[in-house]
Amino acid sequence: MRDFLEKMMLIDRRWIYLAIGLAVIIPAIKSFHVPVAVSPEVRKVYEFVDDAKPGEYIFLCFDYNPSTMAEMNPMAYAILNQAFNKDLKVILVTLDQFGAGMVEEIATRVAANHKKVLGEDYCFLGYRPYPAIVILAMGIDFRVPFPADYYGTPLDSMSVMQGIKNFYDVKGVIEITGGSTADFWIIYGNGRYDFPLALGLTGVMSADYYQYLQSGQIFGIIPGVKGAAEYETLVGFPGEGMAQMPYQVIAHIVILLFIIISNVAYFASRKKKGKLGGGV
Amino acid sequence: MTTGQLILNGIAAFLTLCIFSFLYKDNPFYKFAERLVAGVATGYWTILLYHTNFTDKVIEPIFINGQYHYIIPAVLGIMMWTRFSRKWSWISRYPIAFYIGIGSGVSITVYLYTYLFKQLQATISTPLTLDLAGLNVLIIVIAVLSALIYFFFSSAHKGIFNVASRFGIYVIMIGFGAGFGLTVMGRVALLVQRIIFLRDYIVALFGG
Repeated sequence: MRDFLEKMMLIDRRWIYLAIGLAVIIPAIKSFHVPVAVSPEVRKVYEFVDDAKPGEYIFLCFDYNPSTMAEMNPMAYAILNQAFNKDLKVILVTLDQFGAGMVEEIATRVAANHKKVLGEDYCFLGYRPYPAIVILAMGIDFRVPFPADYYGTPLDSMSVMQGIKNFYDVKGVIEITGGSTADFWIIYGNGRYDFPLALGLTGVMSADYYQYLQSGQIFGIIPGVKGAAEYETLVGFPGEGMAQMPYQVIAHIVILLFIIISNVAYFASRKKKGKLGGGV
Repeated sequence: MTTGQLILNGIAAFLTLCIFSFLYKDNPFYKFAERLVAGVATGYWTILLYHTNFTDKVIEPIFINGQYHYIIPAVLGIMMWTRFSRKWSWISRYPIAFYIGIGSGVSITVYLYTYLFKQLQATISTPLTLDLAGLNVLIIVIAVLSALIYFFFSSAHKGIFNVASRFGIYVIMIGFGAGFGLTVMGRVALLVQRIIFLRDYIVALFGG
């Protein structure tokens, strides 16, 4: 047994990749339902949008690119679906250089499903470089960094932007990001203009932003694909987030097994070295 | 799925497998896909910056709208390019100084407010009460102080200081553990999204 455990300590990492690769194929062949418990920080974001009255404005910032779309897209779809379902007016923007095409695709698809019209029910401002400067400028007037929208239509000529000047004219900002723009929104957005801000984050980033939730600088967090699945549960729109949950369960079981085996093997080999006089 | 979509998704599936092949070992297929991504991204961003920055911040204001004050930032931008000449590189210090000056002025107050004052306020101003919320606040205060003590090297970690320092390292490890768990979830999400994409493509291709 001990020899087996010692061999496990020296296992080629490619066997681990293969094990996880094979494990995640199981739900691809035969999926199963995973119940999702909703956490308070996700519920707060949902309730914030749900409490808005028809015709109220929310500002959505989708600052991510294809490298994180697996986690971010489900959140974007769920929130946009909820907003259009509630007949809210939506202002969209992206501060990620590779985000504009994806945001346009998501907005166009969801808007078409809800029969919403560009320029009347929603507006996609597009992309501008240097997030901090753009956020500060939008706090003065959306027209400063974006005199025209993504398609080149002047903001003043759109009915959806009539009387809407800056962040004080929207109910709040929901930022979905896979990068450092979350910091820019906290510092230059909430810090400078003090508007309600919520974050949708990748799993990697989430743990670093909970202190802002506790301090009240943000009112909610959607953490990674699990958060997206929670949001989809609340909205009643099972999408990619929920679809990923069976895969996550299987992959996590395999990873946990490897962690347990490697720890047992580590302590067993340490004990043996100790007996031989070469202990740590 | 139309024939055009099948071809495009076929290219995407091929490139996905090229990237996955690196898990076995480095190979020409991986190198091709990696360089293709880097090349496309660079080309895309260059053109994007031209249209979102150069066109509407330099060409249109100065040459079309006659807003000649835009010449000042344009000249400052051109001065940055003197970095490429040893003889003239000193000129680039002026726009850099300008940039750092503005950046510092704008950032220092909001950074202090966001990262220091608001965080300190949240840690110390919440009242201690005899319920779960109060216990939560107590844990936060003790955890923050213990973690800070772990990094305080100006006095020896002995006695109560040692106890707090030991507790601090456990607090830090819990933080790292939460980060690791969420990172695993994020990485698995990336894998799963590609697996679902490949499955859907195979189903579309063979009509399974």
